[in-house]
Amino acid sequence: MNTEELKNLKSNKIVDARGTACPGPLLAAKKAIGEISSGEVMEIYSSDEGTKIDIPKWCQKMSHEFIGIFEEDSYSRLFLKKA
Amino acid sequence: MEREFQQQLNDLKTRLTKHETGTKDQLSMVIFSGEMDKILAAMIIATGASAYDMKIKLFFTFWAISALRDPVKKGKGKNIIEKMFGMMLPKGSSRLKISKMNMGGMGTAMIKGIMKKHNVASLDEMLKTAGELGVEINICEMSMNLMGFKREEMIDYPHMTVCGVGTFLSDAQESKIQLFI
Repeated sequence: MNTEELKNLKSNKIVDARGTACPGPLLAAKKAIGEISSGEVMEIYSSDEGTKIDIPKWCQKMSHEFIGIFEEDSYSRLFLKKA
Repeated sequence: MEREFQQQLNDLKTRLTKHETGTKDQLSMVIFSGEMDKILAAMIIATGASAYDMKIKLFFTFWAISALRDPVKKGKGKNIIEKMFGMMLPKGSSRLKISKMNMGGMGTAMIKGIMKKHNVASLDEMLKTAGELGVEINICEMSMNLMGFKREEMIDYPHMTVCGVGTFLSDAQESKIQLFI
């Protein structure tokens, strides 16, 4: 999905993991994904650079669908769909 | 005929047990080093693994056990050498040094400042998180005896057992990832 599509995407849950370093965002994502149902969309805010690489890999391993990412001024927004 | 059948059944049972107790989504780690940075790395890997639905088993041995000492609690019935060891070794995770550039403690203090600035959790906080995530900590009994540490001077951790190398080996055999730090 491109940035415009992502901006219009409605998330079922937003996880704000800004201000935490590795493994903070990953653990926050793991915790939050337990709170949504299969097929729902979750969004992660992260200011940690490594998370941008980690979350897509984590999704692949855990069979969640990684939808995309776009950058805000001081953080990134990552989108995924729960398996 | 019946005996042959019984034999085959037993054979299958053995193979099934082997299969069921085989490699799981489990991470086993030996944590040997007593430096703050090394144990922090181990704890980051351990807590991170929980995001992958893995079972995590940490085997604390030798110098690493210092990280699990409670700064306030005291062990009872120690002899002179054990008391000496107890005094000379760091009392708890906040007292550990870093493995490089310690510079008489200045380096460690600086790193701790930098960690705060970059929102990196302290070792103490990591241990708390690990406890909440169900990370198992096994402490090597032999090392504890060598250093004169007592069970009652360890931190309150929800999943802590004092055991031997057999526990580590059983856990490691069932693990997809095994590490030594």
